Amino acid sequence: MKTNFNRANAGADVGALVPLDRLSPGESGTIARVEAQDGIGRRLLDLGFIPGTPVRVVRRAPLGDPVSFELRGSRICLRRSEAARVLVASHREGATP
Amino acid sequence: MSELALGPDAPLRFGLLGSPNSGKTTLFNGLTGLRAKVGNYPGVTVERREGRVRLEHRRAVVIDLPGTYSLEPLSPDEAVVSRVLSGDLAERPDALVVVADACTLDRSLLLLAQVLRVGLPTCLVLTMTDELHARGGHIDIAHLERALGIPVLGVVGHRGLGLDALREMLSAPERWSRPHLLPPVEAQERAAWAASVLDHVSHQRPYTSRLTEAIDRVVLHPFAGSALFAVVMILFFQLIFAWATPAMDAIDAVVGAAASAAQRLLPAGVVADFASQGLIHGVGAVVIFVPQIALLFGILYLLEDVGYMARAAFVVDRLMGRIGLEGRSFVSLLSSYACAVPGIMATRTIPAPRDRLVTILVAPLMTCSARLPVYALLIGAFVPAVAVGPFGLQGLVLLGLYLLGSLSALAVAAVLKRTLLRGAGPPFYMELPPYRMPTLKLWATQVWGSVRAFLRRAGTIILGVSIMLWVLLNVPRVDAPPGATQAEARRFELAHSLAGTAGHAIEPLIAPLGFDWKIGVGLLSSLAAREVIVSTLAQIYAATDEDASLREAIRTDVDPRTDARVFTPATVAALLVFFVFALQCLSTIAVMRRETNSWRWPAFAFSYLLAIAWLASFATHALVSALT
Repeated sequence: MKTNFNRANAGADVGALVPLDRLSPGESGTIARVEAQDGIGRRLLDLGFIPGTPVRVVRRAPLGDPVSFELRGSRICLRRSEAARVLVASHREGATP
Repeated sequence: MSELALGPDAPLRFGLLGSPNSGKTTLFNGLTGLRAKVGNYPGVTVERREGRVRLEHRRAVVIDLPGTYSLEPLSPDEAVVSRVLSGDLAERPDALVVVADACTLDRSLLLLAQVLRVGLPTCLVLTMTDELHARGGHIDIAHLERALGIPVLGVVGHRGLGLDALREMLSAPERWSRPHLLPPVEAQERAAWAASVLDHVSHQRPYTSRLTEAIDRVVLHPFAGSALFAVVMILFFQLIFAWATPAMDAIDAVVGAAASAAQRLLPAGVVADFASQGLIHGVGAVVIFVPQIALLFGILYLLEDVGYMARAAFVVDRLMGRIGLEGRSFVSLLSSYACAVPGIMATRTIPAPRDRLVTILVAPLMTCSARLPVYALLIGAFVPAVAVGPFGLQGLVLLGLYLLGSLSALAVAAVLKRTLLRGAGPPFYMELPPYRMPTLKLWATQVWGSVRAFLRRAGTIILGVSIMLWVLLNVPRVDAPPGATQAEARRFELAHSLAGTAGHAIEPLIAPLGFDWKIGVGLLSSLAAREVIVSTLAQIYAATDEDASLREAIRTDVDPRTDARVFTPATVAALLVFFVFALQCLSTIAVMRRETNSWRWPAFAFSYLLAIAWLASFATHALVSALT
């Protein structure tokens, strides 16, 4: 997949990809790409963070990190640094361009 | 099947596999009862659990493999699962039982896809099928069997439903169907495979539990959640301290009574002394830990079974992340304030091996309850009971010692994570399971399992070492000159024992800290347990009790060679600091040996803590000497 992630036009471009850690609680998106060159990235895939999977941000921990996500019927929390490896197409931006 | 060409007598070996929270342990306990054998895999810290299962016509063994989300390991500890499956680490299982939570089947199929490619006969056991239905989900098991090509069985593990059917299935793995086509390897194709399987079997994903969502809104609320976390942890800490104390006092009393009974019943002499002081007190030194371990694990498993432990780790992870650890280390370090022995045992919940090791290595720095009698003696004898503002000076000194230990633990953890144990382990990830009602039977099994593991593995080492220390403190027997009082005779015997000789021998090493040979003997004896230094000093000073007269004796003790006081302010400060750092506890060393499965890490912990203790005491002694 080509990198069309660009912060400047993220709001205007319906197909723009956002790192998962940027989504706010309650927002959801579909996973588009996972940086999985190393073991940690491949582990994210094994946890179910696979392109095509819908994911919803449930809430952040009281101190802001980690964040819990709902995907594939279960709740998993990741630290934001790891969630940033997952790029999603935000549903909000798709619905209200 | 060729790999199942076994004689009728060789037990079948089943590998039990599944992700964390899949209900694998409940199923293992249900199948094997309390007959599990616990050990370690060679070279790694992973616990190895095997148990016999009674099948109708044949013998079978179930191996409980560590919970995992993937067969691709990120560390040697994680590699245990794939190495067992390949037969590289232990005898290869004859067949595999994959355990999956029916409510999160979507993700569990990703692991099953990897397992099916291993090529062993495999069956799938779906747990928590009751919860699936209660939350409006649906799965057609007969269809799932056909879609996967392997046997599938639904169970309700905590109620034991479906276990008989499972036993029947396990009795004939030769007859298990095998998949026609192996699932794909690549993640996205694997996900597509899982989706197509679930499409075929009219799978209805369960609703998110409304109760869980409602509870989480409070438990993970930015303010309410943090406050609740603090309350739970303070209660947890208090309960281990407060509830364990009566039981520990009772054990102390029983041990004391048994020891004096032995002393009375046996003819006076070495045998009676050994039985009462060496053997009975050695057993007491082991049993004394049981209340704390049972309580700690009782509360821990309760919080875990309910679902709060994962939330607690979620809440505190950010703070622990600052020093390179993770949320689950917190509970372990907190428990270590009561005692490092259960604290180190509690590190089993930390999945990343490096984080677990660092937590084990710094746990002894948390001020445990065994240090309190030592601090109480020295502070009571030498720190004046004056007020500093609204606070008492004695209390402030005690608080300072607690802070020194805790901050050092955090500092050492941060240093270890950046040096010796640096490197990327598995990323931090954790499932937040729905809240569930715990079941008494499972809970009791888990708690008893922990107590039994401690008694068997660490208890034997503690008993052996306690007996050895008794020998050091009592051999050789040099009779005191006639006319000496009983207390004087004991002092004379101690001075001439191996430990007394050793105390004299190490005097040059501890002289820079301001310690003489008597403190040296106390330090050696305190290896059995820190508070033992108090009773040893009482014996050396021939004190009639361990309270007022001992305080008076050490306050006024004068070195005959120099005519100077032995316990100067500098020496007392150095001794306090020494106890903050030194790993003066063989029980902790024994448990470290058990949990890390090697003598290397306990040896490292003992050495680094001794080095810090010596240097810090030396600096303290020099500083206080200069000031006074």
